[in-house]
Amino acid sequence: MILDGKCPSGPLAEKWDKHRQDMKLVNPNNKRKYKIIVVGTGLAGASAAATLGELGYNVEAFCYQDSARRAHSIAAQGGINAAKNYPNDSDSIYRLFYDTIKGGDFRAREANVYRLAQVSNNIIDQCVAQGVPFARDYAGYLDNRSFGGAQVSRTFYARGQTGQQLLLGAYATFSRQVKAGTVKLHSRTEMLDLVVVDGEAKGITVRDMVTGKISSYAADAVCLCTGGYVNVYFLSTNAQGCSVTANYRAYKKGAFFANPCYTQIHPTCIPVTGEHQSKLTLMSESLRNDGRVWVPKKKGDKRPPHEIPEDERDYYLERKYPSYGNLAPRDISSRAAKEACDDGRGVGPSGFGVYLDFADSIKRLGENTIRERYGNLFEMYERITDENGYKQPMRIYPALHYAMGGLWVDYNLSSNIPGLYVLGEANFSDHGANRLGASALMQGLADGYFVIPYTIADYLAKSKPGIVKVDHPEFKKSQEDVSALTTKLLSINGKRSPKEFWRDLGKIMWENVGMARSEQSLKKAIQLIPELREEFWKNVKVVGSGDTLNQELEKAGRIADFLEFGELLARDALDRNESCGGHFRVEYQTGEGEAKRNDKDYCYVAAWQFKGTDKEPELHKEPLTFETLQLAERSYK
Amino acid sequence: MDLKLYVWRQKGPDSPGKLEQFTAKNISPDMSFLEMLDEVNEELVKEGKETIAFDHDCREGICGTCSQVINGIPHGGQDKTTVCQLHMRKFKDGDSIYIEPWRAKAFPLVKDLIVDRSALDRIIQAGGYVSNHTGGSPDGNAILIPKPDAEVSMDAAECIGCGGCVAACPNGSAMLFTAAKVTQLAMLPQGKVEAAQRVCVMTEQMLKEGFGNCSNHYECQDACPKGIKVSFIAKLNREFIKASVK
Ligand SMILES: Cc1cc2nc3c(=O)[nH]c(=O)nc-3n(C[C@H](O)[C@H](O)[C@H](O)COP(=O)(O)OP(=O)(O)OC[C@H]3O[C@@H](n4cnc5c(N)ncnc54)[C@H](O)[C@@H]3O)c2cc1C
Ligand code: FES
Repeated sequence: MILDGKCPSGPLAEKWDKHRQDMKLVNPNNKRKYKIIVVGTGLAGASAAATLGELGYNVEAFCYQDSARRAHSIAAQGGINAAKNYPNDSDSIYRLFYDTIKGGDFRAREANVYRLAQVSNNIIDQCVAQGVPFARDYAGYLDNRSFGGAQVSRTFYARGQTGQQLLLGAYATFSRQVKAGTVKLHSRTEMLDLVVVDGEAKGITVRDMVTGKISSYAADAVCLCTGGYVNVYFLSTNAQGCSVTANYRAYKKGAFFANPCYTQIHPTCIPVTGEHQSKLTLMSESLRNDGRVWVPKKKGDKRPPHEIPEDERDYYLERKYPSYGNLAPRDISSRAAKEACDDGRGVGPSGFGVYLDFADSIKRLGENTIRERYGNLFEMYERITDENGYKQPMRIYPALHYAMGGLWVDYNLSSNIPGLYVLGEANFSDHGANRLGASALMQGLADGYFVIPYTIADYLAKSKPGIVKVDHPEFKKSQEDVSALTTKLLSINGKRSPKEFWRDLGKIMWENVGMARSEQSLKKAIQLIPELREEFWKNVKVVGSGDTLNQELEKAGRIADFLEFGELLARDALDRNESCGGHFRVEYQTGEGEAKRNDKDYCYVAAWQFKGTDKEPELHKEPLTFETLQLAERSYK
Repeated sequence: MDLKLYVWRQKGPDSPGKLEQFTAKNISPDMSFLEMLDEVNEELVKEGKETIAFDHDCREGICGTCSQVINGIPHGGQDKTTVCQLHMRKFKDGDSIYIEPWRAKAFPLVKDLIVDRSALDRIIQAGGYVSNHTGGSPDGNAILIPKPDAEVSMDAAECIGCGGCVAACPNGSAMLFTAAKVTQLAMLPQGKVEAAQRVCVMTEQMLKEGFGNCSNHYECQDACPKGIKVSFIAKLNREFIKASVK
């Protein structure tokens, strides 16, 4: 099937305005009769629920944490982009649009990205009005910094905790609606199924994580704002509870999964120390504004960093990418670090690390300025590694970080199942094959504050509210399926813990579907994952019971989904016979080792349809057309 | 290193609870405290026993989910450090470690080390926001904010809502938490409009939830993993008086 992204016609800059005029509205008095389920309370979910509630809709929101404020958006450090051009450095909506398309290696929709750049400025205004304490200069104006993949300073930030501050802003407006009674929050509640009635999304089935009770909620539309899936690699910068479960169960109910192979590996994370490791910690990319990345020129050089003289150091990013230097985009920086380490020039006990050195900046600006800019990051680094980043260079290594892929949505953020909307990191829409730093926060808030309120109305206005009730047989069936799965997990009583399977899966993924993928490695993953999955269903041991708080059971359910999803990710990577952005196939590279796209054959969005657990999924394509930009090689030299 | 753990186990809010002893073996100094507990839990799975339930998510000190009293101190006593960021190099071979949940009247126990902190959400719901509407906000630079004010606001805004301050307070007070939000918004022009009402409804909700009053022990400040200062409580009191005399 050829998919239609439903981008409005007309000149790029007028599409969104025109579309807003064309869409239907719901009468203010009727809004409260429509129920909307919002799963997830991160930037996308909290902003969507708050805005829809404020408009008068009847919203039910869900999250797995004990409080809406703890969604993983809270962990974003560096900042949020907007095309304000406050520094007068030639930024514009068009430039932000262009940088984002180029950063994504020409694998995103022009119309979506342009809209994102357009509403970016409203986001900053909105957040300032909420009382988000963005960094300011001495005259009281908003301050900006630069981020990877851009030559302008367009990133707004709140110390090293921008995500926290933006989320707390969204959570505050969300809380205001909870008080007003338009939003009802169900925390510690995990969505385990999507309910589809006559081809439309009409509700969800959930497990109360405290009592174990399985129940359903019916609604007129469902928004999934459930975040990214990179925990399929076991070790990542995501929170422990981040999973693909909500998305994957919707996929099993017919929603298409788009571009799962587009995963982002972040270049600046703290290196792994051992088997016990449960997560990897990101050191914000903003550090690359003032830190210089290097490794020794000599292989196996074990001297401490300060004993390695300047001319025996390889500042490889500055050498290879002189115009962007240490601010080269993430995929490029990550691969360059891997190459240096694979070449035997890595540093630290494991040899899988490179230096991020602040000595020059400290000399130039003083330790105090560096402390003011990144103090909390240096503290965090010291807590984890016991090393002082002011005195010796930090050691960093790439780690899994972000999912560009996600459920397929059209321009309206609607999946292929009518009534199912997908927002934030959970959808695939705006970042193409690689996301630029500080653009995920922007996208999550754009989707929630400024896109969904318009597009969902157009869908709701076409149907009567409350047609499907929770006593519909589809809900009963859904609850039975979810209960059966829980019972099955608890009854296997094998020998290995869920976590062991997760770690094994992560190893397969990292080694075969990681930073450098090949036909051979992908085929190996596609063979190994089903074997591991089979063993899981025979040999997993889930202790405890289903009718109480049971973290092992929660984990096992998520791992079961990862064990299927990992295979889908590998299949998508195998299908894409090109390198682009975060997807690097060793067979397709330029003479200099850069990613080589194949626009003739692969300029499309790959959207996969579920056909059964042990059956091959079906591929549908949405061709990408570029009306405004010319497809060009992505150079940062 | 090997450690002796005494961990609070309690099936549910109405069941009796007690400290149970475990041994944590072969613990590496590079592990975080929660990774050490993961290892203990993996052993329990092997033995077919129920694992120790504890709250956690981001494991990088920002979500505020992790919440354990370690040897009598919320978050374990390392300066500005959450449990998830506490590393085992701070302990030594043979140590005994006591691990308990947050204890406060307003935080009913859920299971083992997990408590219900939704009372903190309800304090925010009462009025911890600026009532702006989506859309129609003035340009971000139309509201100038002196840098020092923005900095104080940000200092207060760093609160992660973990509730460690409540657990540390002999009165189980949520003053530090409430004061942080009141201060963050009261420092900014956007927040000034509703400042008087905000401080009243938030403190009222705090008392309604069963949190105690502040009697200047300042244990909260010591326990706070984000360095939130008690001077914000003074600010809250000032805002409260200002609101009352109006
Ligand atoms: C360490 C780190 C640093 C980052 N720094 C930046 C940065 O500086 N700039 C930037 O732009 N981006 C950054 N990002 C990326 C960005 O933070 C995320 O992409 C973005 O916040 C995702 O927001 P979201 O609302 O889509 O999802 P999330 O914030 O992850 O929220 C997901 C929500 O869904 C809920 N949920 C999930 N599954 C279920 C289920 N089955 N049932 C019920 N609820 C469920 C969760 O409870 C949660 O509320 C960073 C990411 C990380 C990990
Ligand atoms: S787990 Fe997030 S702060 Fe500790």
